[in-house]
Amino acid sequence: MCTTCGCHTGKARINGKSISHHQHSDKPMYYQLVDSSRSHPHAAMPAAQLPNTFYFGTNTTDTHDPAMDQTKMIKIERDILVKNNQYAAKNRHYFMKHGIFVLNMVSSPGSGKTSLLIKTIQMLCDKLPIAVIEGDQQTDHDAARIRATGVPAIQINTGKGCHLNAHMVNHAIQQLPLEDDSLLFIENVGNLVCPSAFDLGEAHKVVVLSVTEGEDKPLKYPDMFHAADLMLLNKCDLLPHLTFDTDLAIEYAQRIHPEIPVIQLSATQGNGISAWLDWIKTGHHSAVLKKQSLLHNNITLD
Amino acid sequence: MHEISLAENILQLIEDASLEQSFTQVKTVWLEIGQLACVEQESLRFYFNVVTQDSIAQQARLEIIEIAGQAICNQCNREIFVASYYEACPHCGNSALQVIQGNGMRIKEMEVE
Ligand SMILES: Nc1nc2c(ncn2[C@@H]2O[C@H](COP(=O)(O)OP(=O)(O)O)[C@@H](O)[C@H]2O)c(=O)[nH]1
Ligand SMILES: [Mg+2]
Ligand SMILES: [Zn+2]
Ligand SMILES: [Zn+2]
Ligand SMILES: [Zn+2]
Repeated sequence: MCTTCGCHTGKARINGKSISHHQHSDKPMYYQLVDSSRSHPHAAMPAAQLPNTFYFGTNTTDTHDPAMDQTKMIKIERDILVKNNQYAAKNRHYFMKHGIFVLNMVSSPGSGKTSLLIKTIQMLCDKLPIAVIEGDQQTDHDAARIRATGVPAIQINTGKGCHLNAHMVNHAIQQLPLEDDSLLFIENVGNLVCPSAFDLGEAHKVVVLSVTEGEDKPLKYPDMFHAADLMLLNKCDLLPHLTFDTDLAIEYAQRIHPEIPVIQLSATQGNGISAWLDWIKTGHHSAVLKKQSLLHNNITLD
Repeated sequence: MHEISLAENILQLIEDASLEQSFTQVKTVWLEIGQLACVEQESLRFYFNVVTQDSIAQQARLEIIEIAGQAICNQCNREIFVASYYEACPHCGNSALQVIQGNGMRIKEMEVE
């Protein structure tokens, strides 16, 4: 575990090297939060969090010295994930300042996240700069697959950890060449449970469900479908061979998350990809505009 | 599944507090866990015992206060209790609900010496 932040990095490794604990201070990444209009209320964390202390259990008529009674109650009142959320806020501010549009891709293992990223990169890389952070428990296969497309990729191996956290991402973005006004994909560890709880500083979580998985995944893993802002229904090229009920899957997803947009596509065949690319371009455009308006209004984030 | 990292985060917050407050032993820790927070309580207790071994919290008892899930119905505006994200409003059947309570997890207070 990194002692400076306490986030669970465990045996996490970045591009095969274990996380060193001093890198966060190398780059000026400690911003004051100035934008209170953001829709992620948990990111702001007041620095002064000294717990109040009060004593209990001593009868007021008792004459014994309360200092002798060593038992006391301490109020903490902090979110258990406060450290993760502080890192997420830092990451988000860095991204905002540089106009970087960041998507946190989540799914079960094998839904097609890496395949989809490769297809997406092939379609977009001559239009905008792209970088990728790959999260897997072991191996750097996925980062290697991404690098083969020509864009930079960092592999985070979480070891036994079943999700990426904002601290790992904070380290990774310091090693990536990240251009202003670029697109950053974070492929999370294949897992529909805990990645929903860990904010990485992304603009959106995008959940990928493939048609080989069963329509009721949204009901079985509601937290993830609740946390995501877009659902991609992948491997639609296989539908003729399956009994998958597309409408039912979408209905279940929207029962958990009313009005969540759904794009049906095939990462390998390319059907439906253009709707996904349009969705990305819209988000990327607003990230760039947001950066420009910050610059224009001379709002400093540091 | 992520209960082990939650347990580690809790221990870190306890250790931070011990630096500010100078205590040497934690007797009880009260947590507030929302019903919608997707936390397996038994698993959290198990990992809390594992990660607190040889720490100032190794004797600590974990008290978990469950916070009920509460939401506002986007259609009829009533406040309702929900145990999961996919419940419909019992008054009007609408399933567009805005969760207002019960999706968080906090460390509330501790008894220390
Ligand atoms: N038929 C079909 N197979 C796909 C599609 N997308 C991914 N796959 C296959 O699904 C498997 C897992 O894909 P991968 O991208 O590694 O999934 P990840 O674990 O989510 O990153 C691979 O064998 C892919 O070739 C698709 O759209 N259609
Ligand atoms: Mg992959
Ligand atoms: Zn660190
Ligand atoms: Zn996890
Ligand atoms: Zn209602």
